[in-house]
Amino acid sequence: MAEYKLELRGVSKSFPGVKALDKVNLAVRPGTVLALMGENGAGKSTLMKCLFGIYHMDEGEIYLDGEKVEIANPDEAAKRGVAMVHQELQPIPARSIGENMYLGRFPVKKYGPIQMIDHATMFAETEKWLKELGLEYNPKALLGSLSIGQMQLVEIAKAVSREAKVIIFDEPTSSLSDNEVDFLFKVMNQLRDRGVSMIYISHKMDEIKRIADDIQVMRDGTYVGTWPAAELTTDQIIAKMVGRELTQIYPEHDHEIGEVILEVENVSSIHAKSFQNCSFNIRRGEILGFGGLVGAQRTELMEGIFGIRHLSSGTIKIHGKEVKITKPKDAMDAGIGMITEDRRGNGIFGCLSIKDNVGISIYNKHLKGGFVLNHPTINKIVDDSIKQLSIKTPSMNQHIENLSGGNQQKVIVSRWLANDPDILIMDEPTRGIDVGAKHEIYEIMEDLAKQGKAIIMISSEMPELLGMADRVYVMCNGKITGQIDQQEDMTQEKVMTFATKF
Amino acid sequence: MQKTQKQKITDFLINNGVIIVMFVLVIYTGLTTKNFLTPNNFLNLLANMSYRLVIALGISGAVITGGCDLSGGRMVGFGACIAGTLLQKQEYGGRFFQEGFLASITPLNPFLVLIIAMLICGCFGAVTGWFIAFLHVPPFISTLAMMEIIYGLGLIYTGATPLGGYVTEYTGFSTGRFLGLSWLIWMAIAMAGITWFIYNMTRHGKYMYAIGGNPQAAEVAGVPVKLTMVLIYAKASAFFAMAGFMLGAKAGGASINTGLSYEMEGIAACALGGVSVTGGRGKVSSAIIGVAVLELLKVALQFLGVDANSQYIAIGIVIFVAISLDIRKYVQKK
Repeated sequence: MAEYKLELRGVSKSFPGVKALDKVNLAVRPGTVLALMGENGAGKSTLMKCLFGIYHMDEGEIYLDGEKVEIANPDEAAKRGVAMVHQELQPIPARSIGENMYLGRFPVKKYGPIQMIDHATMFAETEKWLKELGLEYNPKALLGSLSIGQMQLVEIAKAVSREAKVIIFDEPTSSLSDNEVDFLFKVMNQLRDRGVSMIYISHKMDEIKRIADDIQVMRDGTYVGTWPAAELTTDQIIAKMVGRELTQIYPEHDHEIGEVILEVENVSSIHAKSFQNCSFNIRRGEILGFGGLVGAQRTELMEGIFGIRHLSSGTIKIHGKEVKITKPKDAMDAGIGMITEDRRGNGIFGCLSIKDNVGISIYNKHLKGGFVLNHPTINKIVDDSIKQLSIKTPSMNQHIENLSGGNQQKVIVSRWLANDPDILIMDEPTRGIDVGAKHEIYEIMEDLAKQGKAIIMISSEMPELLGMADRVYVMCNGKITGQIDQQEDMTQEKVMTFATKF
Repeated sequence: MQKTQKQKITDFLINNGVIIVMFVLVIYTGLTTKNFLTPNNFLNLLANMSYRLVIALGISGAVITGGCDLSGGRMVGFGACIAGTLLQKQEYGGRFFQEGFLASITPLNPFLVLIIAMLICGCFGAVTGWFIAFLHVPPFISTLAMMEIIYGLGLIYTGATPLGGYVTEYTGFSTGRFLGLSWLIWMAIAMAGITWFIYNMTRHGKYMYAIGGNPQAAEVAGVPVKLTMVLIYAKASAFFAMAGFMLGAKAGGASINTGLSYEMEGIAACALGGVSVTGGRGKVSSAIIGVAVLELLKVALQFLGVDANSQYIAIGIVIFVAISLDIRKYVQKK
């Protein structure tokens, strides 16, 4: 028998402008749990997508039981006994548990030329597999009637029923309660005893220590190393995850910080799993960083303050006066602007021109006779911002979808600047844009701070967070777990410690 | 990458497929049949296009925001009936209002009647829009519901009797000419101009495109999404009422079934002309081209001697082909 159940060797993958994976290795022994760790963007998900054939790897080899295999798509992976329990589940809540488990491979009965789904067998089999894992659900119940954690267990049962020999768990506990986590681990231990190999992706240190046999660390798309879990302390793991120099160049901090202009006190989301009791403040001319891991609810908190999401309690004060924000328009009227994280989802209007993309938030301010759009003025504003932010485009009538990510981002920045907010929230302002454009965005941020604007920056990139922010709040699991006020105190290790304070 | 000559020609053909088909058809029919390319036939064609264009313009707002308006046809009929009852001759025997207050004041001024019909239908459209915007009922369903309600109201209002005996001031919209074109055609031109103005020169138009392009982003950018949606559907219904008024003038009569299923032609015309059914794209010229293609196609097929039943099949095929080509433009860009 081969030493390793599954082995990846020298996997590389490039995206335009980025080398996402550089000769990464991975090896899981039979009947063990390998924890795969790394910061956001370290390449964990990309590696898994390469394994499942969702991405086509540029180079690299996959070995199963010591034998070289090619995997072209997730279905082929499943046939070879490799399954994945996703971070975000993709089941069909409106259908039964049994149907979800056997989707795409329904047992059939044949009556001559007619094939019919064999419901009896399907439900019986489902019940059998659920029992194996100690789950007592009715296979005919709708999947949607289960909690997220229970759905995840069904997903695992599905993997087991397909006789998976390798199961990958991508942040399975991000939405589970403590009891559900305990149960999940019980199931995982059971699987381990049956000789199933598992890869466990998570940021939660205590969980890793509980479940993992080995720990592999990745950083910036490279393989750092693999160690037996018992040999590493939490601090050592963090050090291995962040261990790198600040290589990018950030503009000099040269802005003056003034009085407090925004105070947020005890705001909570209407959803119990989202942000709770968050308080922070920001001063004029300050760049305030929000650090944390993906899923720490930073975006949700900011979207709550901007009125995209609903708050159940808490107060927001601007210039010492309480403001009521129930929709983005209220926030805009109060002097807040927000560049959202998901540029495609709720940032750009892809099929509209640059002009319309900038103008949309100011069309109601530039009217002749209170009714007719003042096109010359608007054109001038748009033209000025194209020049000021050096947006590369032949004309303002160009569709925004034809621009690069960096230029699209600059268009969105222009939209908010045209509105002249006092406070600008920038959620992952440099995500998905190339290094040159990143630098330009940093300069714009520094410029705005100099003009006395307050900037809130959410960033999952540690160097960016530490390089740009005057002050940093760190969130974990919906709560603000730490605050670092002094530049000299800002270290990656410190941020990481707060970010994993579940 | 430099495109080859061949690719350029293919691109041109695909991007302008609808217009090219139209030209080929017109030229072919003109060459092979008599009386097709005559001023009279042309004027007739324009008159038939006029109210269809007003309907298509009304529907275009809904389509640009990724919706549709199935109540269009019934709303046209309702508008035609409101206008008809208020514009019958005093001496006409089959008058709708035989006695009472309305009998004594009708016939009213046709312009006043037009405004009344547009206001009434506009209010119903606002109700539809309210359900879409505030209660998130999909446009397909809420306009379907309004279609039923309006049909019922129309039946109750008219007692299902056909209307006629209109005053000459009303039918004069169809028969009267100005610079050689009937007033119906001028009305359609005016509505096209007004719609162009709304779409390009007012914030309402810009908001409409933004919502169609990306509703989430519109919300984040501070666009009053709900109010805009209500206005779009109210405006659409007001347009339908005007189309009903025009149809009544042209036919010299109306019934509750006037305009039945014209909303489908309107949606088809928008799609043919290049109003993206997934939202965000579409101009006034798109609606004009779409209506023109559909009407020209019908008339040309008639002149070529294709029997009426087969014409439906031909129209269906043209819609299939034209939309497939149109969608290609956007799909390939990814």
